[in-house]
Amino acid sequence: MSALTTPGERRGATLSPVSPRRKITDRAVQGLVYLAFALAIIPLVSVLWTVIGHGLARLDADFFQFSMNGVSGKDAGGGAYHAIVGTLEQVAITTVIAVPIAVLTAVYLIEYSGNGRLGKVISFFVDVMTGIPSIVAGLFVLALWLLTFGFDFSGFAGSLALAILMIPTVIRATEEMLKLVPNDLREASYALGVPRWRTIVFVVLPTARTGIVTGVMLAVARVMGETAPLLLTIFFTKAINTNAFDGPQGSLPTFIWEQIADSNATAHDRAWTGALVLIALIMLLNLAARLLARGARTTGR
Amino acid sequence: MAKRIEVSGLHAYYGGVHAIEDISMTIEPRSVTAFIGPSGCGKSTFLRTLNRMHEVIPGARVEGKVMLDDEDLYDSSVDPVAVRRTVGMVFQRPNPFPTMSIYDNVAAGLKLNGVRKKARLDEIVEESLQGANLWNEVKDRLGKPGAGLSGGQQQRLCIARAIAVQPQVLLMDEPCSALDPISTLAIEDLIGKLKNLYTIVIVTHNMQQAARVSDKTAFFNIAGTGQPGKLIEIDDTSKIFTNPEQKATEDYITGRFG
Amino acid sequence: MTSDTGVHAQAQARHRATGRPMSTGRLGDKIFVSAARGSGILVLVIMAAIAVFLVWKAIPALQKNEANFLTSEAWNPNATPPKFGIAQLAFGTVVSSLLAMLIATPVAIGIALFISFYSSRKLAAALGYVVDLLAAVPSIVYGLWGVAVLVPHMEGISKLINAVLGWIPLFGGDGVGKASVFTAGVVLAIMILPIISSISREVFLQVPRANVEAALALGATRWEMIRLSVLPYGRSGMIGASMLGLGRAMGETIAVALVLTFVPGINIHILQDGGATFASNIANSFGEASQTGRSALIASGLVLFVITLLINMAARAVVARRKEFA
Repeated sequence: MSALTTPGERRGATLSPVSPRRKITDRAVQGLVYLAFALAIIPLVSVLWTVIGHGLARLDADFFQFSMNGVSGKDAGGGAYHAIVGTLEQVAITTVIAVPIAVLTAVYLIEYSGNGRLGKVISFFVDVMTGIPSIVAGLFVLALWLLTFGFDFSGFAGSLALAILMIPTVIRATEEMLKLVPNDLREASYALGVPRWRTIVFVVLPTARTGIVTGVMLAVARVMGETAPLLLTIFFTKAINTNAFDGPQGSLPTFIWEQIADSNATAHDRAWTGALVLIALIMLLNLAARLLARGARTTGR
Repeated sequence: MAKRIEVSGLHAYYGGVHAIEDISMTIEPRSVTAFIGPSGCGKSTFLRTLNRMHEVIPGARVEGKVMLDDEDLYDSSVDPVAVRRTVGMVFQRPNPFPTMSIYDNVAAGLKLNGVRKKARLDEIVEESLQGANLWNEVKDRLGKPGAGLSGGQQQRLCIARAIAVQPQVLLMDEPCSALDPISTLAIEDLIGKLKNLYTIVIVTHNMQQAARVSDKTAFFNIAGTGQPGKLIEIDDTSKIFTNPEQKATEDYITGRFG
Repeated sequence: MTSDTGVHAQAQARHRATGRPMSTGRLGDKIFVSAARGSGILVLVIMAAIAVFLVWKAIPALQKNEANFLTSEAWNPNATPPKFGIAQLAFGTVVSSLLAMLIATPVAIGIALFISFYSSRKLAAALGYVVDLLAAVPSIVYGLWGVAVLVPHMEGISKLINAVLGWIPLFGGDGVGKASVFTAGVVLAIMILPIISSISREVFLQVPRANVEAALALGATRWEMIRLSVLPYGRSGMIGASMLGLGRAMGETIAVALVLTFVPGINIHILQDGGATFASNIANSFGEASQTGRSALIASGLVLFVITLLINMAARAVVARRKEFA
């Protein structure tokens, strides 16, 4: 019981500073943590710096107006028109395929399945799907669409592969948003005798709309930069092909891949400008998504 | 070794919100001082300024002076870490470290302060658990997780953890509000025993508890929502509960509001 | 936006779902619930189809293969007779990804700690955004950057490591290269930083305030507080996060394909040029692949699929265990 009778004998704690060792350890860890952050910033800054530095050389009107049709590696001209058109079409088709499936799946998981067995299984495989390597998605479309069904390479085949990568991301984003919709809103709607599906379509989803759109935009930004699955599905072409359902199509990522594989400096310039344009598109989408999300937050729901 | 606390002209803020305004009081050593008042009156905030825990909330800051005998807790040369070692704290909800055993919970603060010898640790852990009236209940399972104890036992474990580092002052922020009546009684008994050694400050919502355990009682109030909390009066507990100076105190005590 | 469906949220979901009947019997409801359930089932069908079609299209090449698929180092599926094995690819994939995980995990946890405990709230939001930007940069851009900037800088570092740690066979060998498995590991580390750090951050956000305050009130310094209350609480979450990073690194294709220069055969000295991974080999070999060649690439992709699947499932299980504990 000495703790009770003679506390002072042991160590009457005072405001004397903590031991130097503890202080040094604390500071050392702080230093390491700051260093870790710096280590992450260096590559980011370096990447952006390099891409902008190398990419500006060919950032001209030609780049956005011409394809590579009839342009050889060592020629100075040429552009990525065919690739930009291809990327935009592929991403648009991907979104059209992936968003309805993803949103409906999220609606099922949140609004219908409860803690049911099917819901759990789907939820588990959505997680698994998130981890599918993009090249495997490409191989799957290759095996199914091209080798089994016998279709040719096409922008649409690329979109199928990208959709596999996009679906789980959009499901998770939508789920998060649906969870945020207050239950009162649903109940208020039921109380008015509105059937369940109309409640979901006209009350729940519109309430979550901004968040879902933000999630979709971020997902689009992510798949837009995917190269690997496209190599196996859209293949390569130097010419403009505006029909995503017929024959090989260009895309920005595969354009960069093609140009950097060429040994000529003129081709490398085109690769860097392609990278610059691709990053710019992705960052714009990211930024727009965030502004949208912030706007929604400040106006307050 | 308990010390006297003297607060003068203390204000506390959360970002732009003025939480408590111009508080001055003296807290006597080896006694129990209770803080009472309606919700949101700033009594917990004030308690947290006494060991500089207020400032761990992002955007929170404090103005004014808190003297512990002759040292100012808010002096620029004082390390908040040293303040918290000297002024221990017990929280509303028992918060033992969930991944640690009972023994390690009590020893946690000691190990931070460089006590490494097993024999010494054993000795202090036992002393502290005895001091917290918990030793007999846990001596056979010191290696078991602290989270496995009942709520009341967990709270006494937290008290043992706080007194193991030999603080001068013990702050208790509604220590019984999450406990059942029997556990509450055990904690109140313990407070009566600990006040012989420490300066104890307790925030409570329960006026009977304040009347039972404290020597002095301070009543805090707010003029309205959004207004800063203020100290209305502090006096001997018997006086506050029978014949307070202020009308607001009397209204609160007699249950006319709050 | 990651996988986090907390116990609380699940409970809410349960409440939401059981609170009212599955269907009011109206036609609209029936159609809508069928569409929703159908979409969910479609996700399962896609996953099953991936496995089925990869296996099916891998079989022809595996039947013609005259080398041992698992132990052979050569990749010549276009030759007659086709001879190919995944030993070199597996080695390159596993080593570069493990390396990436080992490099990235401490840095990523450092970043997460920095944002969660060392910066003001306003700064934290901005810094979180910066880390997200790191995740937004496409793989091919990291590849370009790797070739143009990182590879030339790797020679000095590789020499240093070779000199100091050369007694470890992995870092040994006479002379070092630049376009090595090690360099690939560094690029991969940068690429998986954001996922590890964002999941770690999520875990840190869930550390109960009470535990943090308990440590601080005991007179812990900031680091001691982290050691006492944050790290023990977040341990399984951080392990899960770095495993997810590992899975991500294994499937990463383009950056690795650009950085590595192909040299046949396993080279245990990873500081020297050469090496290939499952994914980089698929990207590099697909253009010239014959029918059997494509089938062989699908077979190697199947192996990659199974490995990443197992790692991801294990990672999810580890992260989920944290939730039960909490």
